[in-house]
Parts: sequence; C-alpha cells; structure tokens
Amino acid sequence: MAQTIKFTIDGVECTAKKGQYIVDAATENHIYIPTLCNIPGVKPRGSCRICSVRVNGRMMTACTTPVSEGMEIENKDPDIEDIRKAIIELMFTEGNHFCPSCEKSGNCELQALAYRYQMLAPRFKFMFPKRRLEATHPKLIKDHNRCILCKRCIRAIKDEEGHSLFAFARRGHNVEIIIDTKYSKNMTDEQAREAADICPVGAILVKERAYTDPIGKRKYDKQPIGSDIENL
Amino acid sequence: MDKTIDAIINNYNRDKNRLMDILIDTQDTLGCVPDSAAEQIADALDISKVDLEQTLSFYHFFSKEQRGKYTVYLNNSAVANMYGRKEVARIFEEEAGCKFGEVTKDGLIGLFDTSCIGMNDQEPAALINGVVFTMLTPYRVRELVKGMRKGLKVEELLRTGYGDGNNSSPLIRSAVNNHIMEKGPVLSEDYVPGDAIKKIIKLDPAEVIEEVKNSNIRGRGGAGFPTGLKWDFCRRAKDKRRFVFCNADEGEPGTFKDRVILTERPRLLFEGMAVAAYAIGAAEGILYLRYEYKYLKKFLENILDEMRSKNLLGKNIASKKGFDFDIRIQLGAGAYVCGEESALIESAEGKRGEPRDRPPFPVEKGYLGHPTVVNNVETLCSVVKVMLYGGEWYRSFGTDESTGTKLLCVSGDCHYPGVYELEWGFSVADILEMVGAENVQAVQVGGPSGTCIGPDGFERILGYEDLATGGSLIIIGPHRDVLRDIVLNFMDFFIEESCGSCTPCRTLPVAIREKLIKIIEGRGVMQDLMDIERWRFIMKVNRCGLGHTALNPVLSTLKNLRHLYLDLIQKEVEYDTGFRLDEAVKEGKLVTNRT
Amino acid sequence: MSKPIVATTSLAGCFGCHMSFLDIDERILDLIELVEFNKSPINDIKKFTKMCDIGLIEGGCCNDENVHILKDFRAHCKILVSVGECAIMGGLPALRNSFSLKECLDEAYLNGPSVVANNEEGVIPNDEELPILLDKVYPCHEVVRIDYHLPGCPPSADLIFDALYALVTNQPLKLPYEVVKFD
Repeated sequence: MAQTIKFTIDGVECTAKKGQYIVDAATENHIYIPTLCNIPGVKPRGSCRICSVRVNGRMMTACTTPVSEGMEIENKDPDIEDIRKAIIELMFTEGNHFCPSCEKSGNCELQALAYRYQMLAPRFKFMFPKRRLEATHPKLIKDHNRCILCKRCIRAIKDEEGHSLFAFARRGHNVEIIIDTKYSKNMTDEQAREAADICPVGAILVKERAYTDPIGKRKYDKQPIGSDIENL
Repeated sequence: MDKTIDAIINNYNRDKNRLMDILIDTQDTLGCVPDSAAEQIADALDISKVDLEQTLSFYHFFSKEQRGKYTVYLNNSAVANMYGRKEVARIFEEEAGCKFGEVTKDGLIGLFDTSCIGMNDQEPAALINGVVFTMLTPYRVRELVKGMRKGLKVEELLRTGYGDGNNSSPLIRSAVNNHIMEKGPVLSEDYVPGDAIKKIIKLDPAEVIEEVKNSNIRGRGGAGFPTGLKWDFCRRAKDKRRFVFCNADEGEPGTFKDRVILTERPRLLFEGMAVAAYAIGAAEGILYLRYEYKYLKKFLENILDEMRSKNLLGKNIASKKGFDFDIRIQLGAGAYVCGEESALIESAEGKRGEPRDRPPFPVEKGYLGHPTVVNNVETLCSVVKVMLYGGEWYRSFGTDESTGTKLLCVSGDCHYPGVYELEWGFSVADILEMVGAENVQAVQVGGPSGTCIGPDGFERILGYEDLATGGSLIIIGPHRDVLRDIVLNFMDFFIEESCGSCTPCRTLPVAIREKLIKIIEGRGVMQDLMDIERWRFIMKVNRCGLGHTALNPVLSTLKNLRHLYLDLIQKEVEYDTGFRLDEAVKEGKLVTNRT
Repeated sequence: MSKPIVATTSLAGCFGCHMSFLDIDERILDLIELVEFNKSPINDIKKFTKMCDIGLIEGGCCNDENVHILKDFRAHCKILVSVGECAIMGGLPALRNSFSLKECLDEAYLNGPSVVANNEEGVIPNDEELPILLDKVYPCHEVVRIDYHLPGCPPSADLIFDALYALVTNQPLKLPYEVVKFD
C-alpha cells in the first residue's frame, strides 16, 4: 500500500498517494489544473507550462512535480490564471490557428482552454509563421500550422521495439515535429488514429477521416474542459 | 555502407550515448553529416533517424550540408559589433561573394554567424575550420580570403603569430591572447600539481566536503549554489556509480575566463575534479568542453596523459588504494543552453541540450541516471586552493556572503580588457577605474542574462548579495546606442539560443523583440513599457535559467536606464498599435508597379 | 432622448458576420426601436453623417482601403467591436500571410493552375482605382484600438444581438460558454 499524504490546494485539504504528480493528485481531489502536453500514464515532460502552480512560493509544473507531505499549492490565484491565459494566447499567435477550417475544432484542447479562459483576442501580435502542410505519409497529415509543439506524439507513439516515430527538429522558435519515414511506414490504422487522437490540436490528422462529429455534439461544445474533473 | 563512418561508430562502441562524438567525428571527416551517414549511424545505433536528427539539428555547428572548404563562423556578440564587426562582415561578403548564411557557389567559403565564442577581449573574432582568428580588420579579411583562394591551410592563414602563454605551445598554436591583468588564488603561479590530492587522501571524504562547506564557496557559473552542499547531496544519493562533470561550456556572452584557465591552469582544474571525485565517491569525470574551444582539446588531453603518468589520475591515485578516477573530454557542438547543468548532461548523453524537469536533480539522477556533480571550471580550481590552505583562509577573501575571488572578464569600451581575478566586493566604480574606462554610459554585469546598470548603480558591489555575475563585465561607452546595439543584440541571442521546449521561452522573447523594435523606431507608447513589465511574469514558469532570464536585457535596462525608453516613446500619443500604412503598402506597390 | 447610433462595415470579410447579424430574426424589430443605424451596408449609407456610439467591424485589413475605412470608423465611433474571426485574427484571408505578396499574386495571375492563356503579357492588375494590397492581412486590433471582440465564424446571432443590446443599454457584456465559439 502506498503511503497516503496530506497537502493543500488553494487552502483545501487534499490527500494523495506518495509520489503522485500534483496534477494527478489534484484530479483525484476533483480539482482541475489545466494541462496540454500531459498524457496520463506517460512520463511527463512539462513543455507547455500551462499546469504551472505555485509551490512554496516557486512556480512548478504540476505534471512533473510529485506531491509531498504538507505541500501548499496555489492553483487558482489570479496571477497564475493570467499566466495560463497568456500561454494559450502565445500558442494561438505562434502558429496559424484558423479554427473554422480545422477538423479538430470542438474537440481541440487548445481551443477548449481558450474558451475556458475566455480568450477573445490575444494580447500578443500574431506571428503568421510560414509552416508546412505535410501529406507525404501514407496515413497521416501533419499540419505544422496548428502544431503547439507539446511533444505528446513524440512521447506516446513508439513502435514495438521502442523506436521513435516522431521527434523534434531544430531549436528555439524554429522547432518542428518530424516524422520518421522508416519506422512510421508500417503504422497500422489503429496507430494512426491513436496518433491523431493523442494530438491535443488538429496538427496530426488521419487521412480520409475529415469531420466526424456535428456541431453541438462535440466534446467541448457545451461543457468547458476540466468540468468533468470538477463535477466528478 | 561507408567504412570510415563504421569505424567512427565502432570507435564509440556503437553506443548511442556517444552520438555527439560520432556526429562530430563524422562531420570532421566528411565536412557535414549527410543523409546517408545519418541513416547509417541511426541504423548502427538502432535508433530512429529522426532521433538522430533531433540531436543533429539542435546544435549550431552541425550541418547536413557542406558549409564550405573554409567555414567562417564570425562572432556576432554585442562587443564584436563595438569593435567593428559590421565592416569586417561586409568585407567578408564582398570578398567571398556570398552572404552570411551561405556558401560560395564553388563551395570554397561558407560564411556564418555564431554566438559569442569567448573572445570578447579581442574582437572581432572568428572561428575558421575550428581555428580562432582574433582582432580582425577589413585588411586582414581581404588577406584571409586571398589565402583561401590560394588554397592555403587554415594554419597558414594565421599570420599574426601566436598568443601569449600556452597559446603558443605546440599543441595549441593559437593567436588567442590570455590578457591576464590581475592574479589571485586561482591564477597564482605558486601552484604545484598534486599537492591538494596528497593532502585530501589523508582525509575522510566527509571531511573534504566539510572543508569546502567551511569555505562558503558558491558556484562560479553564475547561479551561485553552495558547492559543499551540492557535493554533500551527491554523496548521500544511493548509487555505486557517480560522476563529476566540469562545465566548460562557457557561453554567456562576454565570459572568457574558463578559456584562460583551460589554457594556463589545466592541471589545477583536473586536480579540482579529482578532489570532487574523492569527496563524492566518483570514479568517472567528464570535462564538457564547448565546441568553440575545440582548439584546446589536444593540449588538454596531453595534460590528462601527463597526470595519468604521474598517478594524479587513473587507478589508486597518489597510491591511495581505491581512489580511482579518470577524466574524458566531451565536446559540445554549439548551444548556449548546454551551460545549464541538466542540459549539459543531456548533451553528454548524445541528446538535444534541453534542460530536464526537476526534481530529480542531477545530484540524485544525473549522467546516465547516476548521481552527478556539475561544477564550473573556476569553482573546481578554487576548491583546490581551499583544500591546500583551508576554508578559513579562503573566507579571508571577499565578503561574508561571497567568499573568495572571482575571475572577471572585462570587455567593451575600456583601455585594458582582459581577465581580472579580484576579491568579491569590489564596486563597479573601482573596477571601471582599474580597467581604464571613462564616461561610462552603462555596464552589463553578468552578460545578457545579468543586469545592465547605469552610473547611478556604479557604487553597487559585485557579489551574490548584490550584483551576481559569472564573470562577464561589458563596458558600454557614452557614444553607444544601448537599445539598438546592445539590448536588441542580446534579445536576438536569447531567441537564437532557446531550446524551444517551454512555450513562453520559445515565443515571448520574439514578441518582446518586436515591441523593442517598435520603441526604437519611435512608434512606442507608455502602454508598451507597461506591457513588457507585466509580461515578464509569464517567463517565471519556464523550466530553466535561460527561460527565466531571457527578457533581462530589456527588463534591466527598462529598470536601470529607463530614460532611454522614455526618450523614445511618443509622449502625446496614448495608444498606438505600431501599424504604419506607408510601410504596409510598400511591398504591394512594388509588386504591382504603383506609386 | 435620441437613440444610440450604430455603424457597421465589412472589410476583408465574406459578409457572413452581417448575415449572422440579420439572423436575429424578429429581434431586428426590437433593435430598430432601440438604435439608429448610420454608415452600414444594412441601410446603404456610404458615408458617416454623424458621430456614432458603436461600430461593428467584420473582416480584417487586406488593403489600404480597408485601413482607411477602419480608421474612419475609429474616428467616428465611441466603441469599436471586432466581429468574427477575420476581424480578430485575420481569418481565412490571412492564410496568405504565410506567403509573400509576390508569391500570392504570381500564383493568382501568372503561374497558378487556374490561370488560363489570356494573360500572356503576364499582367498583375495595377489599375490606380484598385486598392493597394498590404504586405499581409492584419487583424483590426493590430491597426487601431478595438474595444470589444466577438469571436465566431460567424459569431452566432445571439452573441451579436446580446452584446449589442448590452452595449447600448450600458449593461455588462455577458459571454455564455455555449455561444462564444471560434467556428
């Protein structure tokens, strides 16, 4: 039996198993901490930074930091919430996110977070970068315009021998996800769907799938992201 | 299959953790790492080609395409520009017949920019095929390009003679100068290699750590973590295998003291690593040497051999049974962020130099997952003196909070640039007097990630309690345009050097740079200054020090030299998006031939 | 008491936001009671005849004419509202922002698959009557100050009506989760 520990989020007493990441512990206590790059069950990387919380005065990512006994976590502080909103806005302005033409619209986690944080127009200027639309892969389309560089695909999708199918290229604001031709060649339909589903935005799409859910029936049409955790 | 490449891969035991070395050797052999070689290496190491490209595309000095028989990397730091880089670059382009970022059509000359190469006291400087060329002038550049056209060896182009001290030794033969202006415990000549080792082997490792703690020495890279505490954490971590890393990835623009130590006091440094190894119980050490200092590698390897032959490295060091420790040199390939300790470890493992999430810290899980101490070059050198003369003696230098001495790297507008080893606690004004700098407009303390101060801050003192610095002191004269020549250059530096992992660090400096240009061009308003000061908080959620400090060039000038901004913003206008119709229609008029 | 005055325009947009506005159905009668329209395609008034309280902007700025109109709106309206994705982030027309203007025009008039043989001289339209294209498509708030943003492609009739109603009656803008959408 894992040891149970006590900690607080915004003054609310919570319990968790020792060694749990803050974000998972919060979920179990019905507290929502927004995430984008995190995938439950996969080793976290803390790249989007949206789950940042204040722990003993320091900003830490909730997806990579384990809870410890007596930890005092600030989550809903207005300054923290504004930083999160700013990160969403940075993502929208860094790429080319034209929601009306995106198959993921309504099911997109970035868009859902923008709704939750009531982003109407970003405070930053749009960068309108020149990005590629890559359709050479037999099963997938990679639309770099929409990629938020969260590395979910890199971390979650490997072949049976553990070879990477996706990776980061270059650095700074020139980074880009690249797909391995050799090892992704034999991707099954199921793996392709998995890759598209693991992508929080519409940057990885399965060819010939297109729109699936009608407007009004999509994941975030009626309920804000995170409300499932808060209403558990 | 290419046999040469295969031999390189075998040379590193087909170990994917040695990918950096394999790529460096491949590039040294072929001039670049072409797709065919990348495929061969990836297959041999049983990794995806994209995993290899992850590393390959991350580092500035790696290339998939040929970069010319002569590859010129011209330093583009702010100080290089102060000393006439712009004209030097123009002449390079004119003489070579290609622009920076390009290779001449005949493949002879490639011209590329590069971040600070650690030669700020002898700019403009360039690396040409790994050889350092300093104090370039338009005349010298014309000569260089002529020499290239004649097909001279790079060494033959070096006609200015060799630098002082070991720079002229057969294994270095470089034009670099040390410019040692002031010596203290680290640089003093009274050092006898091995004395500290002989002393510590009589002590218990815990006693060594105690003495280091007693000295109150803190990390000299800039962050200032207490060294003794770091060693203690590492020693307590449960593992049989531990590592000592020396961080010689001196990338903070304006810093060049490690280059001088590596050239003049390498034995002191390696002995310091041995002391650390003894204290924490490590048998393996790695000197992570920035690619820009590759010209020192042979020399340093020779010193390592010498120390092995004297039993100061290797098995049973100084005949102490069980004290085994050896050092290998790991080259970087051009990435400022690798100066961050966990990024440095990632890089040494053959990966992208992206900082790790902490916890766990390197002292718990570092290189290959084992407890690892990463110390700065200067820290390790200082520790040898601490062990020789005691922590109390060391504390007699400096201030209460900042004990010992600091190697300061002075560059910019002054008469005597170079390395000054001074006690902590000198004021900026003291130093300006010492280095012969008059009518100074501002001083950049600690490089772009540090603080820019104006004359009203010159009474402040250098030390962790006030102005912390890894050593860089850039003096900015009265005739400089601080925002355009310094701050903008520094912002470009951070944008170039961000690893790209954290969203705010990848994107916000780009947005702030645009604001800065808006202000410089006279389109700014008070709201822009307020935005910058508000947005700074977003950077606090970045993972590493680079991300935390990447806005400092703007923030610290906005704080300490605010008048520069206030002079430029529009006073009578409250709101301005910065949009200018005449600018926006320029291209449209041009392509449709309209006026 | 005189009624609040509203002006509207479509810049680089598709008039879809105006269509959505008209989709308020019978509420348009309430609106006519509530406000007076000045410059707008709805009543075909071409020039501002007086100062307005609220200006609704559809579309971003893709040419100099858009900029002049937008600045005219800013000068004549106390409150300016960006309506729809194009006004807020450039929208569909901003897809050209990934390319240089020359590339776009070459594709459209010289090299594109839809160019037929009748442009043998390789003319790119340059009549002085034509507005001059901007280097890229600009969201409205990157050209002038915008006070409110109503997202959507188009924003729903409910969102536009409720927002306008709140603005003219001096009530706080309500943005219910279900109606604020980007598509």
